Amino acid sequence: MNNCFRGLRAFFSESESPLDADQIRSLAGSVQEAGPSSAEMLTMHEDNIRGSERNLDNRFESSKKRMTAVYRILSVLAAAAIILVLLYTTAGLPSFGDAENPTQNEVQQRYLEKGLEEGGATNLVANMILDYRAFDTLGESNVLFMAVCTVILLLRVSREDTDRRLREENDDRHFEPKDDLILQMGARVLVPVILLFGIYVILNGHLGPGGGFSGGAIMGAGLILYLSAFGFARTERFFTFRTFKTVSFTALAFYALSKAYSFFTGANHLPSVITTGTPGAILSAGLILPLNIAVGLVVCCTMYAFYTLFRKGDM
Amino acid sequence: MLQKLADNYVAAAAVILFGIGFTTLLLNKNLIKKIIGFSFMDSAMFLFLAAQGYIEGGKAPILDPDDLTARTTFINPVPAGLVLTGIVVSVSVTALMLALTIRLYRRYHSLDIDEICRLAGKEES
Repeated sequence: MNNCFRGLRAFFSESESPLDADQIRSLAGSVQEAGPSSAEMLTMHEDNIRGSERNLDNRFESSKKRMTAVYRILSVLAAAAIILVLLYTTAGLPSFGDAENPTQNEVQQRYLEKGLEEGGATNLVANMILDYRAFDTLGESNVLFMAVCTVILLLRVSREDTDRRLREENDDRHFEPKDDLILQMGARVLVPVILLFGIYVILNGHLGPGGGFSGGAIMGAGLILYLSAFGFARTERFFTFRTFKTVSFTALAFYALSKAYSFFTGANHLPSVITTGTPGAILSAGLILPLNIAVGLVVCCTMYAFYTLFRKGDM
Repeated sequence: MLQKLADNYVAAAAVILFGIGFTTLLLNKNLIKKIIGFSFMDSAMFLFLAAQGYIEGGKAPILDPDDLTARTTFINPVPAGLVLTGIVVSVSVTALMLALTIRLYRRYHSLDIDEICRLAGKEES
């Protein structure tokens, strides 16, 4: 949009000042030949040009305002058009909650009927995302990991850059709570409960609602609360950049290798050491429990890393 | 048509939410507000997807460990998995956009997209 303004401005200046620098210089040469009176005329002409440039700035400003107004009206119209078209399409959709809808097809029937037998988890969604579609979930975990890597590239302050480091730490001391008694008392009570609940959600992912993603996010929130209550000096004892690297890499590698084994044996009809076990028991459902733990660790590290990177530029 | 829309009220709400997010994206010059608009559009998509999997009277697809053979109606688990993927990707994309915004702010000391474009153009020339 700004480029467009610049183009507009260039257009105006071309059309408004017919004399460019070369022409003025040649005029000046002819003026010196003609005598002092025309030199005065030339300075007058230059003044005129300067005045018209000031005019031009004003006109440019007003045209910019007009363009902004046109842009706003057009964008509201575009948004309204999109809403209307989508609403019209929505009216043509099959009605909400109908069991005969085309989305309720044989894929989901298979997942619901054979899921327990083939995956072994009573939570059929966990069965789907970590057994039938485990490859998709590996991709998701990798998306998270890559997002953290990019944020590290963009925001991490290197250890050599002492100026920036000091400034960031100063900012941190200035904007974040330091030894806040209420926060510390609250955190002392809440952090163990939150972490325990997160672990419960991860370990129970194949039996009930929950799983690696939600449990990992809860544990990450607990760690963030601990960090904001007690500061980096306390968390650095157990969570540094090195911990983040090790845990994320180990979890992702374990996920990829164990699932590769399970896909290999499954596709070639080989006997596998992984069995589905008794449905409903905590140690059942084959690989789903370990995979949930791996995903939970990755998500927990990711959430914590996002927070620390945005806050201080390091872990 | 209105009757049809009333039947599909969740999808209609999702569409309107999407429109609100899109308008926010277009009308605000502040980069943070643009990111908020983007998140609005994400949430609208999740609402729409999750609504497609609902079946009237269906329960969450979790079997009762005491009675594994009970024939209950379950909702469609596929959109649940897809929404999970979507949420993870949207978290990653939001973090990435915020990190880029922080870098832009450090360089140009402004969040206004036009101002940033102007300063960047000045730097180029």
